Amino acid sequence: MAYDESVDLEQFRAETREWLEKNCPPSMRTPMKDDEVVWGGKRETFKNPDSKVWLERMAEKGWTAPQWPKKYGGGGLSPAQARVLQQEMSRIKARQPLFSFGLWMFGPALLEFGNEEQKMRFIPDIVHGRTRWCQGYSEPGAGSDLADLQTRCEDKGDHYLINGQKVWTSYADKADWIFCLVRTDTSVKHEGISFILFDMESEGVEARPIKLISGESPFCETFFNDVKVPKDQLVGEVNGGWQIAKRLLQFERSSISAGGFGGTGGSGILGPEDYAKQHIGTDSDGRLLDGDLRGRITDHKMYAKAFSLTVQRQAEQAKAGQAVSHTASILKYGAAKMNQDRHELLIEALGTEGLGWQGEGFDPAAKKVTRQWLRSKGNSIEGGTSEINLNVISKRVLGLKDHK
Amino acid sequence: MTFLLTEDQEMLRETAMTFARDELPITHLRKLRNSGANGVDPETRQKLAELGFFGVIIPDEPGGEHFGLVGLGQILEAQGRTLAATPVMQTALIAASALQLGGSPAQQAEWLPKIAGGETTFALAMDESAHFNPLGVATEAERNGQGYTLNGMKRYVPDAHHADMLIVVARTFGEAGDRHGLSLFLVPADAKGVSIQALNTVDSHGAAHVTLEDVMVPEDALIGAADQGADVLEPVLDRAAIGQAAEMLGSAQAAFEMTLEYLQNRKQFGQLIGSFQGLQHRAAKMFTELEMTRSCVAAALSAVDEGKDNVAELASIAKARASELVHLVSNECVQMHGGIGMTDEADPGLYMKRARVQEAMYGSASWHRDRYARLSGY
Repeated sequence: MAYDESVDLEQFRAETREWLEKNCPPSMRTPMKDDEVVWGGKRETFKNPDSKVWLERMAEKGWTAPQWPKKYGGGGLSPAQARVLQQEMSRIKARQPLFSFGLWMFGPALLEFGNEEQKMRFIPDIVHGRTRWCQGYSEPGAGSDLADLQTRCEDKGDHYLINGQKVWTSYADKADWIFCLVRTDTSVKHEGISFILFDMESEGVEARPIKLISGESPFCETFFNDVKVPKDQLVGEVNGGWQIAKRLLQFERSSISAGGFGGTGGSGILGPEDYAKQHIGTDSDGRLLDGDLRGRITDHKMYAKAFSLTVQRQAEQAKAGQAVSHTASILKYGAAKMNQDRHELLIEALGTEGLGWQGEGFDPAAKKVTRQWLRSKGNSIEGGTSEINLNVISKRVLGLKDHK
Repeated sequence: MTFLLTEDQEMLRETAMTFARDELPITHLRKLRNSGANGVDPETRQKLAELGFFGVIIPDEPGGEHFGLVGLGQILEAQGRTLAATPVMQTALIAASALQLGGSPAQQAEWLPKIAGGETTFALAMDESAHFNPLGVATEAERNGQGYTLNGMKRYVPDAHHADMLIVVARTFGEAGDRHGLSLFLVPADAKGVSIQALNTVDSHGAAHVTLEDVMVPEDALIGAADQGADVLEPVLDRAAIGQAAEMLGSAQAAFEMTLEYLQNRKQFGQLIGSFQGLQHRAAKMFTELEMTRSCVAAALSAVDEGKDNVAELASIAKARASELVHLVSNECVQMHGGIGMTDEADPGLYMKRARVQEAMYGSASWHRDRYARLSGY
């Protein structure tokens, strides 16, 4: 049924509010705990049982993917309605029911490039959190120069055969399926890449977690040894994968800039100024005793404010139909710098309290900051390094030429 | 808060940009400098008056429509592009704001139309040391029978060497450093006891030291309430800081475009120097800073027009970030131009000289960081 905005937006708000009040369990209105984040998929354990109920109810309405078409299980909401839903969820401090690369990256790309059969087959399972997806992009020899990837995909008549290795595959050991870039033509670079989907339980797939400086292992090395893939699981044209890959990277960069950054929504409520007050102290006028640190904290806070104002400005300009091209690279670069500066200042303000690793004797919140500080170092590497972002800005935005 | 211009503001921006480009190009500043005009330019003042640029925040009728600080910001940004020396900041922004925020109905009725028509120009005589310090004012205003007697010395007052009127910040109570006890006075620049010492400044805009020696002003020269001058002065200075940030944004944008053009044309080692990654990344960082500062300036301008309660915070963010931006871009502009950037004949040096003046006016980046921290409770 067609939806008349001018008449019904306020009614939609009222209905949404009532529905959320009735259906969002009380424990889902408390701040997210790290071990209660729901990523979905076959191996999801739902540590808090309420999170299962919450996901099912939201997915039933399609509200895990509010703006996706209803025929694929999405919410079919207009942008204005989706904003209302977001506002009403914030109002009761409702948690996001589902964290998912499928929602943030793969789904939007499949809706754009997939055929009808593929969309019907894969999108509803993303909406419901039944399939957890991982991203097979980087390889040992293809990081920043992603298009140099070598994982081979050969046409064997009734199926494809895949051989090669991926690296930095986020949560490959926990994912059910992978969307993967593979080489279908070795004689050309960008034009020899295809975009293919397969089950991580296929024979010949192996994922090994990589332990990071933070002590955590969110990424894997992933090996493909004669993996057979049905032919209807290739998205778009053979050798046409690079277009899809680039579009998906845009979705990834915007979701990173919007605050996705490997965390569960910011690193706690306390800022560097709070820790500095606590561990360094203030004078009788309430000024931080370390004047130099005080200035650097302020510089960072102003940068952070400038960043969020820029996000707002670009959203407003986009809404008004003005050109905001290539802003994803600027925001990705700025977000990485901002998050890294913030964590360096947090660690500095914490002093030795920020240098604990595990066990007793340290404030648990501070130990978390320490791990997040280490995690933040990846912000300028993942999803396109900051140097690549600067290349993109200089070439595509400023029009500077390549070196001959 | 909105980041978008209304149709009227968009047209005003267009007019201001065209005017700056065609009538006040950077060669105009060179001409003023070389003729020893020291930033004094009656012809331009006349043209600005005809365009209505002095009355941008002054409605025709009290309470009527106007372009707002957002509109005035567009003019200042345009002037920043070509480093134009005009009375717009001191007269159209500072004096108009002071009178609107603190002036009596009689003062408003007398002065606002004269400002809008470009008949009278003003200069804010405040600082007494080499650094921005509103509360540090020590100039005395002593009550006499019919009004006040002013005594003191003001340093580096922009436009004081050609303004018709001064707005003098003086102390009617307490001592330097106290917020309470400041008062604002309207003083004709040619009043008895006022002496103006014109200064040749690095940016060729000029300025003046102002000495007040037993200057008598009547009771009705007082803007706002006696001793409560800070209540008017502080919001005026926030607006000035925001306006200055808009001007700096224009200067930085123009210096950046000049640099980019050079990178796209100059060849060394048989290559365009803009193809070297060492320069590309620095250019890209400047661009990122420019875009982020543009958001801060737009937000601050619009917050004033909407009467938001976070104007002071946004003013400090805009001024501090725009100061850092214009500092960076003006230095890089000279550096990336190489030897030619060191010559008087080329423009980068003019941007760098003007930048240091812009940075110092209405609070340096450090001053605003300090205040932002204070407002944020640390």
